[in-house]
Amino acid sequence: MGSYISRRIALSIPLLAVISFLTFLLVNLSPLDPAEVVLQAQGVPMITDELLTQTKQELGLDRPFLIRYWHWALSCLQLDFGHSYVTGQPVWSQLGPAFLHTFKLTIVSAACMIFFSIVLGVICAWREGKLLDRSVRGISFFLTAIPSYWLGAMLVWLVAVKLDWLPTSGMESYRSYILPVMVLTISYASIYFRFVRSAMISNLNADYVLYARACGLPEKKVTVHLLRNSLQVAISVFCMAIPVLLGSTVVVENIFAWPGLGSLTVNAILSRDFPMIQAYVLVLAAAFVVFNALADVLQAAMNPKLRKDL
Amino acid sequence: MHLLEVQHLHVTDRHTGSVLLRDSSFHVKQGSCLAIVGESGSGKSVTCKSIMRLHKAWIRQTGEIWFKGEELSALPERQMRKKRGKQLAMILQHGMRAFDPTCVIGVQIGETLKEHYGWSRAEIEANMSLAMMSVRLNNPVELMNKYPHQLSGGMLQRVMIALAFVLEPDLIIADEPTTALDTIAQFEVVEQLIALRERMNGAMILVSHDLGIVRRLADDIIVMKDGEIVERGSANVIFSAAQHAYTQRLVEANRALNGHFERLKGGGLGLVEH
Ligand SMILES: Nc1ncnc2c1ncn2[C@@H]1O[C@H](COP(=O)(O)OP(=O)(O)OP(=O)(O)O)[C@@H](O)[C@H]1O
Ligand SMILES: [Mg+2]
Repeated sequence: MGSYISRRIALSIPLLAVISFLTFLLVNLSPLDPAEVVLQAQGVPMITDELLTQTKQELGLDRPFLIRYWHWALSCLQLDFGHSYVTGQPVWSQLGPAFLHTFKLTIVSAACMIFFSIVLGVICAWREGKLLDRSVRGISFFLTAIPSYWLGAMLVWLVAVKLDWLPTSGMESYRSYILPVMVLTISYASIYFRFVRSAMISNLNADYVLYARACGLPEKKVTVHLLRNSLQVAISVFCMAIPVLLGSTVVVENIFAWPGLGSLTVNAILSRDFPMIQAYVLVLAAAFVVFNALADVLQAAMNPKLRKDL
Repeated sequence: MHLLEVQHLHVTDRHTGSVLLRDSSFHVKQGSCLAIVGESGSGKSVTCKSIMRLHKAWIRQTGEIWFKGEELSALPERQMRKKRGKQLAMILQHGMRAFDPTCVIGVQIGETLKEHYGWSRAEIEANMSLAMMSVRLNNPVELMNKYPHQLSGGMLQRVMIALAFVLEPDLIIADEPTTALDTIAQFEVVEQLIALRERMNGAMILVSHDLGIVRRLADDIIVMKDGEIVERGSANVIFSAAQHAYTQRLVEANRALNGHFERLKGGGLGLVEH
């Protein structure tokens, strides 16, 4: 198992290198001149060619592309993503706290989402084709179709404004988590419980379940085997749900004024703050790579057959 | 009173309304072996599952199943569960798929023995080791710490037989125990099934496509087609003087196939003619 983990991590490193290169390349392919963006952000009234050349030099933009990439990649390893074009402050001083806020929201939401997905998936699988199963799937279908901004707005209106139970925005206490977590859980659990359900159903028809029952094992024990096997399939899906959530909290963060990555990035994109955008893409891509590796390791831990491969 | 007496067993699929088993009645005598033969989809496995009461929720079964003087279909699920494994043991076709692929096989075995005997780990290991040795599985402790994919189908089949050895059931239901195996593994499994029967003096229901194995093991035979029993009788009679056209064809086809094999192997392994 230990060697499997180290091999899996070793595999992630070249992947991260490629991703960082592509990120840098894509942002540099933008037709906008970064020097111009910086000067505009500083509110310089007259942008002359001379001023542009000088700014380029200051930013190191006159050096060859590969050298710039190399320096950028090296400093990224130390969490130094350069300075924001807009505020002039280090990117990480803004991105770091924002990432942390979004990460907290994501982890709490993912935990809730996974919990409800498993519970609903298991219940529906046991009651396959029955009224309960059909109603849960019907309602979830409806919930998936609702855009999360509408759901968020309705919840704010009902719970925070009408009933005045919970804060509408910010993140002062644990109570601030409830509404955004609810929105994210509803949107995602209604999609992800299907994975658990279908995995459970295909396992329910497996021979080992028949044999376990034929041996007289109580349903409780049979269920444990069923869950082990079904969650093995679901676990990689769940692991990958975390970076997906990280990258898709924009709407919820806007509704609930959550000072996270989403709000930060939208502003960065609008003001063409290249270093910030680069750093965001890189951090998110790294999250995908890390959780992908985690998914594989967890799956291997649960599936002895997989440990051999790779 | 026979050990098992099935009367008017009728099984339907509630979803589609189709009849899987039509008014099936048969019995298994104490200490004897009943073979169920028939083409694919004729309802052999459905019959086995009905006796164990292991159908899916949407499969409906009616009729009476008398086992040692008790009506199984009238038993509460709790008591039926106690009979499964302990009194009615099942051996499945695909050894590979019969054990949870995420656990070593010892886990499922241990759970079963704990359930029926309440044994400790050491007792389980000791008893199971003896049984596994007797079905010629050497290094039993090592084997029990292996995952199903690390063992062969024939070995897993013999693990199931060994478990049956320990549980000492009154009736063994073997649903195509040799179909998925190569000839040598088939031979070993059949030997162990015979040994199991001799030692337990128990009865057996054997489902098989292989009339050679049926001829070796069975005392009585029922022939099924499309969910119905089309012919029944003692093994000798069926093999020598089948009445039903379908059975005649089955015996004939089997004879032709065996002849073909014999010629190929030059009279080789002789599984059929013992
Ligand atoms: N769970 C189920 N739901 C619906 N129909 C089923 C189910 N199990 C079996 N059947 C149907 O019952 C019929 C008999 O199936 P069964 O498995 O008993 O055949 P079999 O004689 O064991 O065949 P084989 O030799 O291929 O194992 C088939 O037509 C099958 O489609
Ligand atoms: Mg079958």
